[in-house]
Amino acid sequence: MAEAIRVHGLVKRYGPLAAVDGVDFKVPMGQVFAFLGPNGAGKTTTVEILEGLRNRTAGEVSVLGLDPWSQGRQLHQQIGVIPQEFRFFEKTRPAEAIRYYGVLFGTHPDPAELLARVRLSDKADANFDTLSGGQKQKLGLALALVSEPKVLFLDEPTTGLDPSARRGIWDVIRNLRSEGRTVFLTTHYLEEAELLADQVAIIHHGKIIAEGTSSSIIAAHGRPERLRVEGPPSLAEYLRSHVGLPVTVDRGQIEVALRDKHDPIRVLTAIEESGIPWKDFGTVHDTLEDVFIQMVGEMDEGEVAAGRST
Amino acid sequence: MNPRRIVADFGVFSRGYLRNPFGLFFSLIFPLILIGIFGLIYTNGGSAKITVYAENLDHNSNASLEFLSALNSTGAVTVQVVDASSIGNFSQYLGQNGDPVGIVIPAGFAQSYGNQTPVNVTIYVNPQDAVSTGTTEAAVQGVANAFNLHAAGGQPFVGVRSSTLGSTIFGNIDFLIPGLIGFTIVTSPMFAMVEISSTYKKERLFRQLSLTPLTKGEWLLSKILFYVALTFVSAAMMIGFGTLVFHAHVTLNIAVLPFLFVGPLFFVSLGMLAGSVAKTPESAGVIGNIITFPMMFLSGTFFPVQSFNPPLQAFAHILPLFYVIDGMNQVLLFGNLGRAGDDLAIVLVGAVLLFIAAIIAFKWRDE
Ligand SMILES: Nc1ncnc2c1ncn2[C@@H]1O[C@H](COP(=O)(O)OP(=O)(O)O)[C@@H](O)[C@H]1O
Ligand SMILES: [Mg+2]
Repeated sequence: MAEAIRVHGLVKRYGPLAAVDGVDFKVPMGQVFAFLGPNGAGKTTTVEILEGLRNRTAGEVSVLGLDPWSQGRQLHQQIGVIPQEFRFFEKTRPAEAIRYYGVLFGTHPDPAELLARVRLSDKADANFDTLSGGQKQKLGLALALVSEPKVLFLDEPTTGLDPSARRGIWDVIRNLRSEGRTVFLTTHYLEEAELLADQVAIIHHGKIIAEGTSSSIIAAHGRPERLRVEGPPSLAEYLRSHVGLPVTVDRGQIEVALRDKHDPIRVLTAIEESGIPWKDFGTVHDTLEDVFIQMVGEMDEGEVAAGRST
Repeated sequence: MNPRRIVADFGVFSRGYLRNPFGLFFSLIFPLILIGIFGLIYTNGGSAKITVYAENLDHNSNASLEFLSALNSTGAVTVQVVDASSIGNFSQYLGQNGDPVGIVIPAGFAQSYGNQTPVNVTIYVNPQDAVSTGTTEAAVQGVANAFNLHAAGGQPFVGVRSSTLGSTIFGNIDFLIPGLIGFTIVTSPMFAMVEISSTYKKERLFRQLSLTPLTKGEWLLSKILFYVALTFVSAAMMIGFGTLVFHAHVTLNIAVLPFLFVGPLFFVSLGMLAGSVAKTPESAGVIGNIITFPMMFLSGTFFPVQSFNPPLQAFAHILPLFYVIDGMNQVLLFGNLGRAGDDLAIVLVGAVLLFIAAIIAFKWRDE
């Protein structure tokens, strides 16, 4: 089977609200797939439908060839799930929790080894309610691995964590990928998607607005490469009238959009000919973040203009 | 049903429970404190004899002394003779001493007795204290009858020998032990399961468990086993404490064990059902209390149901805990296993129905 996850025409309605509004995507086996979107975009709703925790209003969903809602018990033997905020029994300890899951799944995990894998060895015997947010997420990750799942679902695994805890989780996700597991990851951190994911889908108001690798999304939806130079407004005026390319100014930064490989030379020549003082010259590319903010921002502005208030 | 999973869940749950001092205190120590409190109340009030103050105006004649000594030896009261010359007015004296019961032997008692002319002894009673009044009146009447019979030269031909069910006179403390075992059988699981059903929902622990092969039935059975184990420990502690410290009469009999199984089965299921049908944690708490509180007091926990008025007794008979406690009373006190079996059957049928209803009612995941 080439695809771990297949979703077609997925819809989830809560009364008048379409939390997920006709979503299609496929996740190949062995890839890290990032579902990127702002708060309330429909990420958790989608991922919980894939996990068999919520039923869908319409559409087709298959995970490892199974229907998550009606074949949940079979599916749960093969997937690992870390919910958005992982919670466990307050007075249970990580090593105990792993042994408990081992009996439930009929596997024989080595708690010490598993805790080392998620970098939680020092808290093996601490009550759950004394763990920090990041440590709780790590236990969630360890428990999700007890069944040696083929597919893992991580819903915003690093939200609210400090930078070093976040990097720790990233390392674990990279290891999961190198072990050949499929990872479905939701996040609202652009860099997380960009760093970890083979494929990214951007979801906004329940709809996928861009999909592909980070670079293909940037190429398709980002602005062109730009030449940036610092100088007075008169320089911007000079370039506008002399090079015939779009020029924008933002707080002393002049940006000239480039069309082909001869453009940089032409722009530089024009700057030199103007005789106006300038400094700090360079080129800029859009990051996934720029594209994301631009797309999400444009859509929301459109809504405000149309008089909607969501 | 996979027993290994049930055992694993039992292990995790009980270890978590043991790490929470409040839960342990409430289910194990609190009932002992209740036995201590009620035990002290009962031993100070219930079994102490009634003291009768006697004023002898017949100058210690033989007949008057005999009468008082006969009254004392009935065993129902203790006679304390007061010195008539030093106390002035007898009824005022009684009033100053908290209105105990008093008896006055009139002057000329011995003479009248010898002549067989009528004479009255007077008793002072406090009508608000019906027990002392009734007991004293009966005892004095009994002694007077014996004196009359003797004076008339008659022979008693009807004797009374006293005997009770079993071989023991049961005091309130004896009923308290099955009562409080019943009290913990209802309170520990009910409060815990109502709480668990709403916090697990809120903290999303049920959904977490739904992602594992554990089933709802296995999970609920593990809770039932835990509360059965807790009930065993708690019952053993209460029986030990009650018999050693307050000399409660308890006949240990393995026939009590089925109640310690079926009781928790009933109330764990009921608590889970109550918590599951409630929409919010607050309403779960309210439903739990509405079910639990009448049972806590009106099923024979602190006060024997036989001491209730008839409407309240009828009400007690619709409370499931009544049958648990009545059954344990039958086993531990009266040795009446037949009636205990009837009680057990009633609770068992209810428990099985509730168990099934609870499993249907509570949801692992959102619909
Ligand atoms: N159980 C629910 N009932 C009603 N509305 C819901 C429910 N769950 C989610 N929603 C709504 O659906 C939208 C998407 O939510 P969610 O999937 O949680 O977003 P995300 O995880 O991307 O932040 C939000 O507007 C949210 O308020
Ligand atoms: Mg979410």
